[in-house]
Amino acid sequence: MYSFDYERPSGVNEAASALGEDDKFLAGGQTLLPTLKLRLSQVDKLVDLGAIGELKGIAKSGSELTIGAMTTHVTVANSGDVKSAIPALGSLAAHIGDAQVRNRGTIGGSIANNDPAADYPAALVALGATVHTNKRSISAEDFFVDLFETALEDDELVTKVSFPIPEKAGYAKFPNPASRFALVGVFVAKTASGVRVAVTGAGPSVFRQSDMEAALGSNFAADAVSGIKTDASGLNSDIHASADYRSHLISVMAARAVTAAG
Amino acid sequence: MSVENGIGAPVRRKEDQRFITGNGHYLDDMNKVGQAYGYFLRSPHAFAKIKGIDLNAAKAAPGVVDIFTGQDMVADGIGGLICGWGITSKDGTPHKAPPHNSLAVDAVRHVGDQVAFVVAETLQQAKDAAELIEVDYEPLTPVTNIAKALAPGAPQIHEEAPGNLCFDWELGDKAATDTAFAKAAHVTKLDLVNNRLSPNPMEPRAALGDYDAGTGELTLYTTSQNPHVARLIMSAFLAIAPENKLRVVAPDVGGGFGSKIFVYAEETTTIWAAKKVNRPVKWTSDRSEAFLTDAHGRDHVTHAELATDADGKILGFKVSTKANMGAYLSTFASAVPTYLYGTLLSGQYKIPSIYCEVQAGFTNTTAVDAYRGAGRPEATYVVERIMDTAARDLNMDPTEFRLKNFIPSDAYPYETPVIMTYDAGDYATAMNMAKDMIDYSGFTARKAKSEANGKLRGIGSAAYIEACGIAPSAAVGSLGAGVGLWESAEVRFNPTGSVTVFTGSHSHGQGHETTFAQIISDKLGVDINSVEVVHGDTDKVPFGMGTYGSRSLAVGGSAIVKAVDKIVEKSKKIAAHLMEASVEDIEHEHGVFSVAGTDKKLTMGEIAFAAYVPHNYPADLEPGMAENAFYDPLNFTFPAGTHIAEVEIDPATGVVEIVDWAAADDFGNIINPMIVEGQVHGGVAQGIGQALLEGVQYDEESGQLLTGSYMDYCMPRADNLPSFRIATTNTPCPSNPLGVKGCGEAGAIAAPAALMNAIVNAIGRDIDMPATPEKVWRAINTH
Amino acid sequence: MTTVSMTVNGKKVSADVAPNTLLVQFIRENLRLTGTHVGCDTSQCGACTVHVNGDSVKSCTMLALQAEGAEVKTIEGLAANGELHPMQAAFKENHGLQCGFCTPGMIMSAVDLVKRNPNPSEETIRTELEGNICRCTGYHNIVKSVKSAAENMGG
Repeated sequence: MYSFDYERPSGVNEAASALGEDDKFLAGGQTLLPTLKLRLSQVDKLVDLGAIGELKGIAKSGSELTIGAMTTHVTVANSGDVKSAIPALGSLAAHIGDAQVRNRGTIGGSIANNDPAADYPAALVALGATVHTNKRSISAEDFFVDLFETALEDDELVTKVSFPIPEKAGYAKFPNPASRFALVGVFVAKTASGVRVAVTGAGPSVFRQSDMEAALGSNFAADAVSGIKTDASGLNSDIHASADYRSHLISVMAARAVTAAG
Repeated sequence: MSVENGIGAPVRRKEDQRFITGNGHYLDDMNKVGQAYGYFLRSPHAFAKIKGIDLNAAKAAPGVVDIFTGQDMVADGIGGLICGWGITSKDGTPHKAPPHNSLAVDAVRHVGDQVAFVVAETLQQAKDAAELIEVDYEPLTPVTNIAKALAPGAPQIHEEAPGNLCFDWELGDKAATDTAFAKAAHVTKLDLVNNRLSPNPMEPRAALGDYDAGTGELTLYTTSQNPHVARLIMSAFLAIAPENKLRVVAPDVGGGFGSKIFVYAEETTTIWAAKKVNRPVKWTSDRSEAFLTDAHGRDHVTHAELATDADGKILGFKVSTKANMGAYLSTFASAVPTYLYGTLLSGQYKIPSIYCEVQAGFTNTTAVDAYRGAGRPEATYVVERIMDTAARDLNMDPTEFRLKNFIPSDAYPYETPVIMTYDAGDYATAMNMAKDMIDYSGFTARKAKSEANGKLRGIGSAAYIEACGIAPSAAVGSLGAGVGLWESAEVRFNPTGSVTVFTGSHSHGQGHETTFAQIISDKLGVDINSVEVVHGDTDKVPFGMGTYGSRSLAVGGSAIVKAVDKIVEKSKKIAAHLMEASVEDIEHEHGVFSVAGTDKKLTMGEIAFAAYVPHNYPADLEPGMAENAFYDPLNFTFPAGTHIAEVEIDPATGVVEIVDWAAADDFGNIINPMIVEGQVHGGVAQGIGQALLEGVQYDEESGQLLTGSYMDYCMPRADNLPSFRIATTNTPCPSNPLGVKGCGEAGAIAAPAALMNAIVNAIGRDIDMPATPEKVWRAINTH
Repeated sequence: MTTVSMTVNGKKVSADVAPNTLLVQFIRENLRLTGTHVGCDTSQCGACTVHVNGDSVKSCTMLALQAEGAEVKTIEGLAANGELHPMQAAFKENHGLQCGFCTPGMIMSAVDLVKRNPNPSEETIRTELEGNICRCTGYHNIVKSVKSAAENMGG
């Protein structure tokens, strides 16, 4: 790692004002620290969000589930509120990375990084979640812009994510055999405003699969999506999977996500 | 009478206490006063000329002690790295061994090639300074694929090796094989790729060099499987220091699997630099460097043909292989695709004629050398995949086809057409045992059940043989080895009856501290906790050839037995004197010496004490109780057995699940069955890794390594593997005093073929390793 | 340099460290507790696993400063009063280790695994050990060790 300074503020405003031009927020650090270790990235200062109590915690109120940005994956996975409101979200969190990563990694860090193979973006987009920052609220679809790119401005940090509670939802992931990130992950949600299907891992950023949404809108069953193809032309292709195979896996995982949703 | 914790007992390992409490001493745990840190600047190019290196800015960076380039080492008279096994091509010419400097001099030939060595006060400062080194590269077009490297018009990597050819070697009788094929009723043909692997012991390599300006002695602490061999090569070929001034210590080493046999540029540079800067210098590889520089394994492309008669009896076997050596010839690289490969192509079968030819060539990739099994997994893969393919062609059950062609158990010693003499074996017993273990006959019903659930199911076997316990020095010398492959041991009693055993073998996970102590305990009646096994230090151990090729027990253990024999012989003389009997009347069992026909007896401890306090002692006998032995084996040992894999495949995704695994191995006599089982588990896991998950990949255009971390190189995790059913048969090895065979590599040799045969059985098509989900899915869905 | 203080294996420790010091460096280099190992640089092998406030974490993927005020336990602190922890004893009894390099991290992960799953099935053990790579054992005897330890730990 290159040298850097470190600050550990105790409040959101303090954190935002501490951040300089070549600085970064440090959430769980499960992606940022490896990147710094390999000298793939350089910062002047890390502003550690770990001591900010107001960024942690899970709350359920009426039709909404809210998760603080610094809530760890393991906390989400074990939360009774999550299990009762959106069990698919708890199950997704329980399968991010490995046990040690889940003990440190956070929802805010994950979505702010927008790794194309991360799990959470699929859940946020499919569930129609809202990302709250220290400045504003952004719909999930607007939040995830492109490969490792979000709508966040430089001194903006995610404070929490709110999820409308769906009628039902399911997530199915085909992990990359080596990294265990999602090679393809499909999150399916049946909500008051219709069915939404979001795909992660397959493209440069999370995207919705509208043909599947339409098909599931009229018939919420695995058979309804297993035959629907996704155009492979915009999909990722690498040593682990070709775009064609990813396209095929979207259909398979979508069907399995529907089955998981019950 | 048997001995507690003796031969055959599943003794819990003595070494474990320190490992489970965090008190092991691996290399990176060591530090020396005044130590500086070394860091290698590595080539970002697969192939480039070095036109100039500007160190000025880097040398001025904070904390820099010094920076060295290849020119500095050459100017200091330091020689290049060597390959210690000479191979002769068909045309009688020796293999091409282009120069291999520890630090590149005029060109870099693979991504990660060493360009400069920065020594600084801290590792961070060394890395910072390395970024300031300016290297003027002229990039050249690289070639990474062996078939392309050997094709006309390929980029020329070394001027000493025209056409990138290292050697073009053959074994067997071509004319006889051609005649056999002319008479064949069936010829089965198969093309195979044996995928390139990265060994990945969990402890990365490391080196700590220490120079004593007063005595002129250099000490290299290093992660080595064979410290004496490292010292020999560094002394004799690199001229780093004479052997008497060079000490090499390999402390606790965290796995090797072959990759820590070799003498690498990093270790030689570190010890040399320690003298140059007159300070201890430590270098520790990170995992990214390990992927770029630890010698890889396998990487063969093979065409094979098997001729059978109308009754399904094998008539002849032809194999043609292209082997990728990487950018430079590593320490034993040339032996792997030749004498460790071609010589095993008879498998467990009576094959009247065999012909094998191997072309080995250079590419712009990391060097390839021995990795767990080294040549023998490649041979087994060819033999056992074509056995299944032929059985399919002949409409025979693959196990029946094998049983029909096995060398019968009364045919030993059996001389194969590829210069091996198998000394003992009983292949049918092992195969039938494995079939029983996995309920082979019940497979059809299980397959039907899987199909009812929308899954494919397959079963596949591999009947492997390996030649290990390497090796008789005269035999390997005649085949080109530059060293003898004996082993040494010293058994030293202390006056109070405890024992220190010095062995030239090196343990990096194999449990020698326990297994060797069991031999002493059994033979000399010493409590196992009173036996200390010392290894891995050229200043302590008389000499040693190290641990690889499943040789430690068969060769190193036999050396210990020879030393024990000398201890017993001497003890009998002392016992006879003390008990006033003739030596001929002294009987010995498990450390108790008695006078035949009387109740007079003395224990080993009493005799050892008498030897060190010789107040009442034979006049013509030296005092003391310590004996040395060097043991040169009479033959290889030939472990063999059958592994059967059963898989279930999800046709929707191509995911292969291993649902069952049965292994019946013949390792001869067994000292510690618990350790032997562990060795089989680990070997099978690595073999499964090769077949299902692992594969080094390069970008063919740029020569960049695409699988340079665990993000992309798929290591077997716990959830990739099943629990294994393991059993053993026993035909004692007649060629060594313990009757033992090697067990460390067997699993890695048997597993790839067994698993691929099971997958091919399930999907009905041939595919190459690794059987990734996409590859399997495509095979299922391509008609 | 910044001062960091934490409790490691029950002892209060404090040191001035550069902000880019990883927890594993602090443990190995400042405290000389070398049982915690580094086996990769991409946060996957798990050899560096320690407990921070009771939970398993990869100490190579955490800054020492992030552990300010925390309770850290390493492999050296697992045995109590000279008695091996049941997990350590089970690894020895079941030959759950060979070269021993991954073992400290594996044991620390396994202790946390049993804390979360007091009576784990073979499948649970295998999936929950996803973050720890062993190259020697094929995991067979690791799984056996964890199962046996869980039983001895009163699961």
